[in-house]
Amino acid sequence: MSTQLLTVSPSPHVSSQLTIPQIMRAVIFAMLPALAISVYNFGLSAIIVTLTAVVSAALFEYVIALYLLKVKPNLMDGSAIITGMLLAFNVPANLPWWIVIIGSAVAVGVGKMSFGGLGNNPFNPALVGRVFMLISFPVQMTNWPVPTFAKVDAVTGATALGALKEGLLLGKTVPEIMPELPSYSDMFFGFQGGSVGEMSALAMIIGLIYMLWRKIITWHIPISNLVAVAIFSGIFYLINPDRFASPIFHLMTGGVLLGAIFMATDYVTSPFTHKGMIIFGVGIGLITVLIRLFGGYPEGVSFAILIMNAFVPIINKYTKPVKFGTKPVKL
Amino acid sequence: MSQEILYTVLLLVALGALAAIILYWVSQKFKVQENPKLEEVMDALPATNCGGCGFAGCSGFASALVNADDLSPYHCPVGGNEVMQEVASILGKEVQEKDPFVAVVKCAGAIGVRVHTTNYDGAANCSIASDLYSGERGCSDGCVGLGECVDACDFDAMYMDETTGLPVVIEDKCTACNACVTTCPKNIIDLWPKGKRDKKIYIACVNEEKGGTARKECSMACSGCAKCADECKYDAITVENDLAKIDYDLCKLCGKCVVACDVRNIVADGFKPEMIDKLAEKREARLEKEKEAKRLEREKAKAEAAAAKAAKEEVSDKSE
Amino acid sequence: MLLNLTKKLKRFHKGGIHPEENKFSAAAPITELPLPKSVTIPITQHIGAPAKVVVERGDTVKVGQIIATHEGFVSSNIHSSVSGKVGKIDKVMDSTGFKKMAINIRVKGDEWEESIDRTPDLIKDISYAPDEIIKKIMEAGVVGMGGAAFPSHVKLSVPPDKKVDHLIINGVECEPYLTADHRIMLEKPHEIMVGTHILMKALGVPKAIIGIEANKWDAIEKLAEVAKDYPGIEVQGLRVQYPQGGEKQLIEALLGREVPSGGLPFDAGCVVHNVGTIYSMYMAVQKNRPLIERVVTVTGKDVKTPSNFSVRIGTPISDLIDAAGGLPENTGKIISGGPMMGKALNELDIPIAKATSGLLLIPDEKAHRQEVYNCVRCGKCVDVCPMGLQPVELSLLSKGKDLEGVKANGIMDCIECGSCSFICPSNRPILDYIRYGKSNLKKAPK
Repeated sequence: MSTQLLTVSPSPHVSSQLTIPQIMRAVIFAMLPALAISVYNFGLSAIIVTLTAVVSAALFEYVIALYLLKVKPNLMDGSAIITGMLLAFNVPANLPWWIVIIGSAVAVGVGKMSFGGLGNNPFNPALVGRVFMLISFPVQMTNWPVPTFAKVDAVTGATALGALKEGLLLGKTVPEIMPELPSYSDMFFGFQGGSVGEMSALAMIIGLIYMLWRKIITWHIPISNLVAVAIFSGIFYLINPDRFASPIFHLMTGGVLLGAIFMATDYVTSPFTHKGMIIFGVGIGLITVLIRLFGGYPEGVSFAILIMNAFVPIINKYTKPVKFGTKPVKL
Repeated sequence: MSQEILYTVLLLVALGALAAIILYWVSQKFKVQENPKLEEVMDALPATNCGGCGFAGCSGFASALVNADDLSPYHCPVGGNEVMQEVASILGKEVQEKDPFVAVVKCAGAIGVRVHTTNYDGAANCSIASDLYSGERGCSDGCVGLGECVDACDFDAMYMDETTGLPVVIEDKCTACNACVTTCPKNIIDLWPKGKRDKKIYIACVNEEKGGTARKECSMACSGCAKCADECKYDAITVENDLAKIDYDLCKLCGKCVVACDVRNIVADGFKPEMIDKLAEKREARLEKEKEAKRLEREKAKAEAAAAKAAKEEVSDKSE
Repeated sequence: MLLNLTKKLKRFHKGGIHPEENKFSAAAPITELPLPKSVTIPITQHIGAPAKVVVERGDTVKVGQIIATHEGFVSSNIHSSVSGKVGKIDKVMDSTGFKKMAINIRVKGDEWEESIDRTPDLIKDISYAPDEIIKKIMEAGVVGMGGAAFPSHVKLSVPPDKKVDHLIINGVECEPYLTADHRIMLEKPHEIMVGTHILMKALGVPKAIIGIEANKWDAIEKLAEVAKDYPGIEVQGLRVQYPQGGEKQLIEALLGREVPSGGLPFDAGCVVHNVGTIYSMYMAVQKNRPLIERVVTVTGKDVKTPSNFSVRIGTPISDLIDAAGGLPENTGKIISGGPMMGKALNELDIPIAKATSGLLLIPDEKAHRQEVYNCVRCGKCVDVCPMGLQPVELSLLSKGKDLEGVKANGIMDCIECGSCSFICPSNRPILDYIRYGKSNLKKAPK
């Protein structure tokens, strides 16, 4: 007979094994292939940028929680690490370290902790940091290093998207520009310029499959987002192939995959229900395509996600689940 | 260059003026007609929105005051008599003074006093725990100890004492808003008159179980022995369902009941310990005296009986 | 036969989770527990008014004798489960977690009321009229044995304005660990079939469906085999999914009908009864045997011999635990019922009640809630809610005591299945606060 007192608690007495630290760890795992490609392309600098971002994000979270919010800092939930990694994934590998730290401060401080910490932020913190850096340091943020093993050296200091936009502004047509850009297979495997985490479509898809398998995310946001990008860019491509690039090009360049798989799926800033998630994903896809094709910036994923983040509360309001017992009974 | 500046300034001025006109029009269009006194009353009220008056917030209370013919049923516990006087003068009505109250915790079942039976491991909320089962510690009527009352207090007038596991009321801050009273799922918090010089006497127990059962679970429990009631000259204490209750309207704060309690669970707040000690001594002395008197009486009776017996024997002797 | 069954496994369609099944005691046959030294029989073992005690201290009672009678319609008779002398009639801790009135009886011998048929013979002929059947069930004190303990005769008394066309027998047992119903189905298939026929007659319905989850394949096969001899009874396999054993979920799974919000199974043309209850009803009607015993699963990861016992009502749980190999050294929590909806008990002397379907012993390292993190708004709770509610929203509104808000968001539709708290990756006490909101709403003046 044991002498210890019995524990009494309300039901349920079991819980699922998937908890926040495990989810965060799985997301970090899912991002590793992309990081590996980046290290292959840019060498040590990719690691330095990532480490700087992760360490500074964790540090800012700890300090802000302890001294400003006066709550117990909880780094074990892993969210600061993910914010740091995503921030690094969104910047060029040669970004000066002090800009990375400023970006981390904004991402964690303004993007997350100012709203009360994990779970309360309306916008994706990493994107808040990224957009802040893009606006404040446009030169450094749009000057990408040349990949060490790049097969095509036509792209120097700009991404394929940037080159396309530039070419179009110079009056060239898409078919004229395309040969200067990396081939689709290079894009797929990641032999192209770009931010730390967004080069290889393959690495992103591996991450997506892993997260789907671990049931971290559902397919609704990434797939609806990607399909929307494909459809909307496809429509314009069909209208005028000289002026607009093909959907495959749009899917594999820039941050579309990174955004759809890792940024838009952030629990905190995406809708609750599957229906809401699909609306959210399609919205991001549409805005991304509009910015890319008609906007001033060559890339629009960050803005698209932030804009749709703002719509999440209203999406949640109009996509409430259907209550059981509202269907009329047919005897 | 100067032209550009001029146009910019003009444009901004024009925009500003337009916005001002629209705003003015909207504010006129949607203006709510209010009793002008309402605003004055609102200003007089403490604006804590605590709900102690029985209304959802100060504005609800204010409109009730403005529309009331008689102010006597209304009272703002936070502002007290002062604020009510002010309100009455604004409205040109009469208001009677009311005694200030404070919250008291009617449970002395601290950690160690009650038997620890189980460990509760759910949401840290008294109502959830008490809906679930009788509780971590013996005596299902006693304090749950998860501090829902402290959370309910808008005035920082309560805290949990970590050594006893019971809530404590900071009387100077307590406004008698009733929030803790309604929150407590065990109904152990009550409002009590603040009393002269902050003196008050109350029984820190709400357990209605039979004496023996209650004491088994909590060594401080009221067993309903009624010694306190016997002691009270003013009929302020009644014992019902094995639980003594003090009627504060009748209590004259003499303190005699305090020392009559076996487990000293009648709280004498604001009394000097020396005074209680003196009362205890007095009671002790009186009991001693009574005992002595009883003993004497018994002896006397014995002596009388012996004398009677002797007398009887004498009689029988004589008869021989 | 087998193929035919696999093809049409049904399931409910809104939400749901898949907790680990852990049915350790599935292969353990039901064994009779030896008579205890004394029993403590609570007078409130059901939803509704407590029964009225009709014996006094010192009285001698027989097995099956009424010791407390029902007070009003929604209440239930209580019978003595043993023979012996009535002891204290006092408040004792019971499986609800509170002290309630109970009758203690010291066991002496095993003397039964003469009217009770104790032979094991199957009686197939139903010689009673519908109202007689309901009366017999009411007198026998039968209540829902799946856990809710709602008096069965109330569930059988269909309001005149409602039309019932299906009787549904709940053999789902979707709670992890529990196997009591599983064993009853395997060991008493004919009794269940006759019991079902009795209820069909009482309700006047031509059709009954027995729903069983696919993790009890042997029971599906057995009952399907036996059902051939009993017209009107269909056995339906169900895909494993919690909370399929919830009345509303089961009706939806089997018939595709949703019980209207705030309504009862009657409103969807159904009456639902648990297989354990059906067995007790068979005993009550055909054998004159009141509800004095039930099957209880005793299980847990560290229990030596996970078992299914046939136990007299009122037996202290410590007797059952001893019979299953004793209390494991590291036991941190004892649950009456399953891990999803069961109630944690606070003592070892608590008596078995009519609705105690199992005792689950949880080791101390698994007995505590895990660390709570901030809500990350992942929406998993919304995803799994079988009632289509937004648990995260309800929980927050409840915490803030927004009674209007919780009402508008359908808090009263919540069946407290616990799927939301189970799935929450932040281990937030979602259901705790929903219950808090519900009880505040019930307490609030209308």
